[in-house]
Amino acid sequence: MKALKIIVLAKQVPDTRNVGKDAMKADGTVNRSALPAIFNPEDLNALEQALRLKDKFPGSTVSILTMGPGRAAEIIREGLYRGADNGYLITDKKFAGSDTLATSYTISQAVKKLAPYDIILCGRQAIDGDTAQVGPQIAEKLGIPQITYAEEIISVDKEIVVKRRLERGVETVAAPLPALITVHGSAAPCRARNAKRLMKYKHACTVSELQEMSEDYIQLHKNRPYLHIDEWTVDDLDADEAWLGLNGSPTKVKKIVNVVFTAKESKALTASDADIEALMIELISNHTIG
Amino acid sequence: MNNIFVYCEIEDGQPADVSLELLTKGRKLANELKCQLEAVVIGSNLDGAVREIMKYGVDTIHVADDEKLYPYLTLPHSSIVTKLFEQEKPQIALFGATSIGRDLAPRVASALKSGLTADCTSLEIGEHYDKKTKTQYDNLLYQIRPAFGGNIIATIINPDCRPQMATVREGVMKKEILSNDYKSEIKKIDVSKMITDADMAVRIIERHIEKQKVNIKNAPIIVSGGYGMGSKENFNLLFELAEVLGGEVGGSRAAVDAGFIPHERQIGQTGVTVRPKLYIACGISGAVQHRAGMQESAMIISINNDPKAPINQIADYTITGDVAEVIPKMIKYYKKNSK
Repeated sequence: MKALKIIVLAKQVPDTRNVGKDAMKADGTVNRSALPAIFNPEDLNALEQALRLKDKFPGSTVSILTMGPGRAAEIIREGLYRGADNGYLITDKKFAGSDTLATSYTISQAVKKLAPYDIILCGRQAIDGDTAQVGPQIAEKLGIPQITYAEEIISVDKEIVVKRRLERGVETVAAPLPALITVHGSAAPCRARNAKRLMKYKHACTVSELQEMSEDYIQLHKNRPYLHIDEWTVDDLDADEAWLGLNGSPTKVKKIVNVVFTAKESKALTASDADIEALMIELISNHTIG
Repeated sequence: MNNIFVYCEIEDGQPADVSLELLTKGRKLANELKCQLEAVVIGSNLDGAVREIMKYGVDTIHVADDEKLYPYLTLPHSSIVTKLFEQEKPQIALFGATSIGRDLAPRVASALKSGLTADCTSLEIGEHYDKKTKTQYDNLLYQIRPAFGGNIIATIINPDCRPQMATVREGVMKKEILSNDYKSEIKKIDVSKMITDADMAVRIIERHIEKQKVNIKNAPIIVSGGYGMGSKENFNLLFELAEVLGGEVGGSRAAVDAGFIPHERQIGQTGVTVRPKLYIACGISGAVQHRAGMQESAMIISINNDPKAPINQIADYTITGDVAEVIPKMIKYYKKNSK
């Protein structure tokens, strides 16, 4: 098998898993600023699958592509520390308010710039929205097959063979390349940062980030071109603006209700039917369960 | 035209529960909107499934029956559904939030350039006034879903594009047969006109049942038992509650050491650290080592015979009583009060 060109789609997300007591405000709503921004967990599983292919097929390249605000360059650096070769940040105010359809359009236009490619890998879903829609929508826009819920890439030859994790079991499928694979959280966890790569890439940054830096830093970047993280705005994509951002998003948010956790002090209940029923009704109504 | 469509998943010749639940909901929405309910069934040997689907009050069933359409494959199913929707122009299209529905619906939504909302927990009909364009919209589908790790509940609408598409998880809606004698109109889909050779590019090599490894770290709800559970058999109650609530089962070190539950489920300093939305501690006294692994949980319920158990100090709710009595009641009243 020849060397592969692999693109990993990644997203920077607020860490919604760790909404503990300290992440709640006094009124019981989420204190978003208290949530750290992280590499979406299943995108890390996807990165690991990409790096394994790179290990297996020398000469392969792994590029990280992310869409988000300027600070999302952080996850490209994180990817470089773990073994990716380079990264692309797609960022523009015109992308603000994108739903999954507009997001998939934007990313697919960026992916087209990187063609030809063999494999696109991404997490099954991001933990801030949990929709699992962007992967399949990008595959549709690129006109390539998708394999969702992947747990392991078994082989790549003329076809890619993938084990999928479904509700009631597993399924092994083969697809022609290029293909888009969304990776399930049950796949192998991502390898840790490599100390040498951390030293090599810790100063990697985008053009926008570089503007904030000192003259020395700019000189460093001139001497070491591998520190450059590509940054693309809408002008770099061959995109129809009608399909971007809020304009390109058919879904609108009509209403948001914060889930309020009212129980602050311990409430003592008995095992009586009335107490247990009242508790279950309360847990359902404040969306803790159900 | 402008009807409600439900994509029906088939497993072993029968429609999936989630599809029947959506048909039940779809029937109610169709009555409210005074339109028809239609179903799409794609697979092979579908006669039995179609007979079952009729009972849910479906006006028209579109059937694509062909050997190569079962088991499910993304490309042929999405080609058929996309082309059918282009012809029939549904106003609403519903899919199960399963590994099939969540694979298929986004592909169809992208092809139709329409909006899709994942994992809805409630669907309602309502109106909307757009202040910017001064446009009044009536009879929109309110797609209500949790987001942000379940910390907010969002109502999503799709004012201008059709169909309004949504996926719903299994067990969220009720399934109810409308009439055992209901007769639907059957429309056969000419499969050869709907799919190309390229749609058959992906093939299934093997399918089998294989249990997933335990993943308590990411479970939103954890039902956990301690030494006070008394026996391995009593832990079955915890598995029942966890299954009903969509959670996982954990245990304290004492319960693991006693052989009530395998080590991979141990929570605490020497086990896994968890931060679920809801932690239900059953017969756990709450040694500091255990508390270190779960005290960051957003909500803690403690069920214990001993009102002075240390875990009660960090619990949001304490239930003083016997686990064997309390848990069946929790299951009963959850089922009674959930939608």
